[in-house]
Amino acid sequence: MPTEMIHAEKLIYEYDKRDEEGNVIGSERAIDGVDIDVPQGSFVAILGHNGSGKSTLAKHMNAILVPTSGTMWVDGRDTKDPGELWNVRQTAGMVFQNPDNQIIGTVVEEDVGFGPENLGVPTDEIWKRVEESLKAVGMIDRRKDSPNKLSGGQKQRVAIAGVLAMEPKCVVLDEPTAMLDPNGRKEVIRAVEELRKKKKVTVILITHYMEEVIDADQVFVMDGGHIVMHGTPREIFSRVDELKSYRMDVPQVTMLAEELRNRGLDLPRGILRRDELVEALCRLR
Amino acid sequence: MSIALEHVSYIYSPGTAYEKHALKDVSLEIPQGQFAGIIGHTGSGKSTLIQHLNGLVRAASGKVIYEGQNIYDEGYNMRALRSQVGLVFQYPEYQLFEVDVISDVCFGPKNQGLSQEECEQNAREALELVGFPEKYYKQSPFELSGGQKRRVAIAGVLAMKPKVLILDEPTAGLDPKGRDEILDQVEKLHKETGMTVILVSHSMEDIARYVERIIVMNRGEIMLDGAPGEVFRHYKELEKVGLAAPQVTYVMHDLKERGFNVSTNATTIEEAADEIVRSFSESRS
Amino acid sequence: MIRDITIGQYYPAESRIHRLDPRVKIVCTLLFLVSLFIQNSLLGYVIATLFLGNVIRLSKVPLKYIVKGLKPIVILLLFTVVMNLFLTRSGEVLAHFWIFTITEGGLRTSVFMAVRLMYLVAGSSIMTFTTSPNALTDGMEKLLHPLNKLNVPVHEVAMMMSIALRFIPILLEETDKIMKAQQARGADFETGNVMQRAKAMVPILVPLFVSAFRRANDLAMAMESRCYHGGEGRTKMKPLRYKSRDRIAYFLTLIYIVAIFVVGRYVPFKLWIF
Repeated sequence: MPTEMIHAEKLIYEYDKRDEEGNVIGSERAIDGVDIDVPQGSFVAILGHNGSGKSTLAKHMNAILVPTSGTMWVDGRDTKDPGELWNVRQTAGMVFQNPDNQIIGTVVEEDVGFGPENLGVPTDEIWKRVEESLKAVGMIDRRKDSPNKLSGGQKQRVAIAGVLAMEPKCVVLDEPTAMLDPNGRKEVIRAVEELRKKKKVTVILITHYMEEVIDADQVFVMDGGHIVMHGTPREIFSRVDELKSYRMDVPQVTMLAEELRNRGLDLPRGILRRDELVEALCRLR
Repeated sequence: MSIALEHVSYIYSPGTAYEKHALKDVSLEIPQGQFAGIIGHTGSGKSTLIQHLNGLVRAASGKVIYEGQNIYDEGYNMRALRSQVGLVFQYPEYQLFEVDVISDVCFGPKNQGLSQEECEQNAREALELVGFPEKYYKQSPFELSGGQKRRVAIAGVLAMKPKVLILDEPTAGLDPKGRDEILDQVEKLHKETGMTVILVSHSMEDIARYVERIIVMNRGEIMLDGAPGEVFRHYKELEKVGLAAPQVTYVMHDLKERGFNVSTNATTIEEAADEIVRSFSESRS
Repeated sequence: MIRDITIGQYYPAESRIHRLDPRVKIVCTLLFLVSLFIQNSLLGYVIATLFLGNVIRLSKVPLKYIVKGLKPIVILLLFTVVMNLFLTRSGEVLAHFWIFTITEGGLRTSVFMAVRLMYLVAGSSIMTFTTSPNALTDGMEKLLHPLNKLNVPVHEVAMMMSIALRFIPILLEETDKIMKAQQARGADFETGNVMQRAKAMVPILVPLFVSAFRRANDLAMAMESRCYHGGEGRTKMKPLRYKSRDRIAYFLTLIYIVAIFVVGRYVPFKLWIF
């Protein structure tokens, strides 16, 4: 039994392709032979363009989808085992892209309580968890509000709290910032950081905003259902051209450093942050 | 020839508890052929502002002048205005409804009262302008990828042959390559057709790369208005209202502080690289 | 605009009425509605007015919200008044011109009917104003729980209702957005005959349905991922338990019902024709 938080071996997911009448005319592989390991407590980012298979992979971690072949273990549990379904979902909570479409409650606190209610947690304990979770994402002041009154970033923080209240060991965030403005993105990323540091949960962040993955322990890049790049952010972002060939980008600072290297300045590869670039330039002088 | 707002104010839900000044005495003129950007975070009034430009929202007070005429004059042809001032909403793919791509793009021209042939002619030209491949013209718009759907939706507005094109967050939710592709296409179209383009975005990096003028909105008012370099010089004020200059602007400011002889006006990677290389060669000679 | 619809909207406030158990509010509202039909006398309406007036005062919901909620029924109200005024023929004739005759009975019925209708709406809107949609569905679920034995999926229906309530404002906003987007493409919803207007709705309805299905799909996934598996083994964050204030409310409503029944039927008091 694998001891990692997430462990997948030769994962394949196929879905039927249908014609206009709904007849099956073939199958497509959204995930094609993926092996992935996410150690307990780590922060892993998955990058990939729209349609690269990253969301499909994420849905396997929560047993929303089960592999066509190969196996996905979440905290040692095989997601194919129907007896483990609810355990898997409680272990690996999931936050989705659209802030409006994942809030069930009509009041913030009731939404956060939804998960624990489903798990059959006693009432007093639900209240405790709701309070703690809302505090962790900084939304305790809005607990009595209607979600419709919140900004996108706030809604996503409520969604994160909703997952936290189930006390998961791992949180999978599937493009949680894609529909937000820069302020909302910052709010969400800060909340994620918080739960990583304070709650020690394993975080899997799926995104196509390069700035958000700088702090990750490992980055996976997906394309065509495969994992095509894997390494630390620094390693990944040093391979600018390769990344671009997968429709990805690098942070603007990294791009500037790369441009300067191309113009003959002797800068190291994989500069990620502003101060790193400034320091490196100062050393050159 | 221009489009202008004169002392425009707009109030949401007047007379209720939710009353809110969305625009406060906004005056603004955009000459024909300009590529302008509007930035501001959610709720700054930028979306309300652009909906005034084609008469979808009526100002509480003030005038909207298009080509010398106040659109609030009695008997003014609003529908004609809407075909001249094309507005592409955020996530425009959610407005697609026809059985195939080409019919959907024909919707606008058909509303203008053009013949079937003219409609199709305009639709084809529009689809070409956004770089949509011809082999998918007869496909259902719902089966396309996100990026392609968006192109079809933009073409749906372009097919009306507007003189002014307004795009509200055209890159929201796309992957990095998709973002660049759409914006490059918009830039190309601006060059080829000479139409006025107004780009609403919250990505400073995107805006800085393409537009010649930036209008910053905050709390329903115009906070800054000028060329990108000029606007980003006020980066501290921008930060105060929750916006930020592009990362390269910060790098340039840092370098200047550390004694580099660089101009802080650079707002794109190329400009920044030019400046840094120049300062290095100067100090060596 | 669409947002102006107040009926069925929650008005958040801290009041005695807000704090009541939703079951109390549902049952008492039903009792109040019934009370309007078991009598038809001036004194009865005076008592109903006192009761309703006090509830509104206690609820801290501004009167103008309640009046606004009456707006949608104005047409119905006028229709009822006019029909009753001219078509009821009983008692002495008060006025007569051309083919119209107003009788004592007609005036009486039309005034009482108008008041009854307004109180019906005001009474039920005070319930929705003071009870969050979730509490309301919780209350319904609990009240209808016995039906479970008859294989009625009470929990599922309640869940569906609460989700519908949450998504109504979102879908309304979306409709607004789609309409604007199609208007920007030159669509015209205001002119033309019935057929043309119906056809003009297609560009709104198709995207709206597509979006509603997408949202439903997303939501189902989000619920499943949060371990939702129906009502079985589910606990409640806010379980419904009657407190003493709820019992008092029941008691007061009961007194009201008895009072209106007894006074309305057996105390002969008439002012002119009413």
